[in-house]
Amino acid sequence: MDLKDLYQEIILDHGKNPRNLGKFDNYNKDAKGNNPLCGDNVHVYLRLNENKKVEDIAFEGHGCAISMASASIMTDMVRGKEEKEVKEIVTDFLGMIKEKESLETNILKDDEKTKLMSLSGVKQYPMRVKCATLSWHTLTSALDNSDQIVKTED
Amino acid sequence: MNIDDIKREFPIFDDKIQNNDLVYLDSANSSQKPRIVVDRIYDFYTKEFSNVGRSVHYLAVAATNLYEQTRVSVQKYINAKDKDEIVFTKGATEAINLVANTFGQKYLSEGDEVLLTELEHHSNYVPWHFLRKAKNIKIEFAEINDNGEVTLEDIEKKITNKTKIISVSHLSNVTGAILPIKEIVQLAHSKNIPVLIDGCQGAPHLKLDMQDIDCDFYAISGHKMYGPTGIGILYAKKKWLEDLPPYQGGGGMINEVKKEGITYGELPNKYEAGTMATAQVIAFNESIKFMEKIGIQNIEKHEKELLDYGLEKLRKNNSVNIIGNPKEKGGVISFTIEGVHPHDIATILDEDGVAIRAGHHCCQILHDKLNLPATARASFGVYNTKDDIDKLDEAINKCKKIFNL
Repeated sequence: MDLKDLYQEIILDHGKNPRNLGKFDNYNKDAKGNNPLCGDNVHVYLRLNENKKVEDIAFEGHGCAISMASASIMTDMVRGKEEKEVKEIVTDFLGMIKEKESLETNILKDDEKTKLMSLSGVKQYPMRVKCATLSWHTLTSALDNSDQIVKTED
Repeated sequence: MNIDDIKREFPIFDDKIQNNDLVYLDSANSSQKPRIVVDRIYDFYTKEFSNVGRSVHYLAVAATNLYEQTRVSVQKYINAKDKDEIVFTKGATEAINLVANTFGQKYLSEGDEVLLTELEHHSNYVPWHFLRKAKNIKIEFAEINDNGEVTLEDIEKKITNKTKIISVSHLSNVTGAILPIKEIVQLAHSKNIPVLIDGCQGAPHLKLDMQDIDCDFYAISGHKMYGPTGIGILYAKKKWLEDLPPYQGGGGMINEVKKEGITYGELPNKYEAGTMATAQVIAFNESIKFMEKIGIQNIEKHEKELLDYGLEKLRKNNSVNIIGNPKEKGGVISFTIEGVHPHDIATILDEDGVAIRAGHHCCQILHDKLNLPATARASFGVYNTKDDIDKLDEAINKCKKIFNL
């Protein structure tokens, strides 16, 4: 295990200055997620237009560097994508965090994949995986209009 | 007392953990176990095992005697009047649930108030919340002051003529505040209100004398007292155990069972339904002996020295904020670092073998009040040394470096 894998410069940067932090007025989908073990929480807001494209996305919440960076990078990455593309990215990301070596989707460009892979360091820290995945589960919940508050799973 | 000798009694410190010497600063969560306790479990299972209180064969009688010896040891250790005032549970959580459930059944009805404090662990709030849902009772919280402590006056302010029971921590697992429990009990009794003390953090670190404190109930966690998991103790005055209904039904707690009805067993069996954590109860006797051998006054003194040293050291460390400043404080230091989330602190410290806890420590009410989602917490046990605190301080510096502070 190496802390440098976990706390890469990009994670520290997004963790300290999260992009898309806040709430915007004309969102039409949102969901809350929390991590009952540690009290971290996230609220994802997004606006899906008539073509099912994510016009805007932002999040509110507090958490560790990993969870804030993950939400920050995620929101950057899915803006402008279609709903079904977003779902594919989410599935691919969660698969990578859990078991797969790399990302497989063709939707993301190579530099975007590299950015996302900066979160792969959490694989070596099983207790921290949920920090990285919370905002992604919450995004799925927002898209599915689920009223259930997302709780991190083991 | 020689801490090096004491530390050698704990096998966990024999080997490296992830290539590091273990700096274990999470004893408020659960303490490590001395060899004598671990061996006792092994010996009991390999040489002496039988269920207790039922059969008449040799092993059953011997096991029953051992089990009951722990009850007497606990009675003496906490200076309870009668051994029947000691009820074994699966933990302090179950002990509190037992009181909330049985006292609630018999004595609480709509509009009645239960008085807690903002310091309480979830295990001393959620069981009362069940009653709020089931019976429409009210829960009041005595507020903490700026030092992170709850004073007698803070309690007094919230007592009304509807207050039916007061349930408070002995020692906060976050701020370390030691509550004036004897005075709280005196005040409550002057108004005919019984008091439950959540002694999870009190029992491992402070001298206990039930007859002096005079509380009605006191909940103890075995695994925080150098004992096995799966064992807790409810101390309750005999009048309550005789008066309240049983908690769980099953074998061992009955007197006579007929199709038409059931009568319940005598104390302490009335509250110990089913096969209990026999091996753990028997091994817990060794934990009591271990603490008695060192002497609780010596443990208190040692942990106070560590606390003073730790507070001084961490106060000098820039960007470390210590949570709470109670006048009477146990061996717990909760802190934050400006710009680093507690979980990141815990992960980075762990890399150097420094084991702390990060999160809300099962005290969300308190963290909400402090307006902090989480804190990092270092807590002490008898095996900790000043060297451990130096390593904590160094690891915090490493943390600051990674985060460019």
